[in-house]
Amino acid sequence: MLNIVNKSPLDRNGLDACLRIAAPGALLLIEDGVYAAVRGTSVEARVTAALSRFRVYALLPDLEARAIADRVIDGVTTIGYEGFVDLVAEHNACQSWL
Amino acid sequence: MSEAVAKKFMFVNRTAPYGTVYALESLEVVLITAAFDQQVALVFVDDGVWQLKKGQQTKGIETKNFSPTYRALEDYDVEKLYVERESLEARGLAEGDLIVDVTVLPAAELGALMAQQDVVFTF
Repeated sequence: MLNIVNKSPLDRNGLDACLRIAAPGALLLIEDGVYAAVRGTSVEARVTAALSRFRVYALLPDLEARAIADRVIDGVTTIGYEGFVDLVAEHNACQSWL
Repeated sequence: MSEAVAKKFMFVNRTAPYGTVYALESLEVVLITAAFDQQVALVFVDDGVWQLKKGQQTKGIETKNFSPTYRALEDYDVEKLYVERESLEARGLAEGDLIVDVTVLPAAELGALMAQQDVVFTF
């Protein structure tokens, strides 16, 4: 399963629900969800802990728009739109945690 | 407008830019309000502080980068920009990460400031 989170974890609990419920696999952060990938926030520890269960990706154009591409947590992989497409193709299904 | 009494307007920004349209809409209303010679103050709390993050590059998401507009606010006599300290710290941000000069205040002082306003809009 490819889990997709598009809301800020500092504002909404979609990421927390995903990390609590989803079986280990892949997690893709897009749109305001990319704030979860930032070092130094109050959410960082939760994301770092999740790295043992999830391959975590963040969409680079969304990081750049928000001026946070230079402070991504170690272990989170940044990808472009092509990588997004590849992830969708690689997985049997996607789940958006809206 | 010369005979009208200027009111104290405060715009409270609580949403991140780009994910929703709130931040951009707030800026539009701020500029309109300033054009009517009202006293305008802006507040950035919670994810609203991300609006001021220095270095936004929106080409990749094909969206207008409106962050330079914050630097132009002083041309509209909008010079009161406040940021909540707790919101900055929760996001690992410091004053130097922001695109404009702001006054950083703890929550309690911000609340006292809000209590002095005639009109408060939250976006």
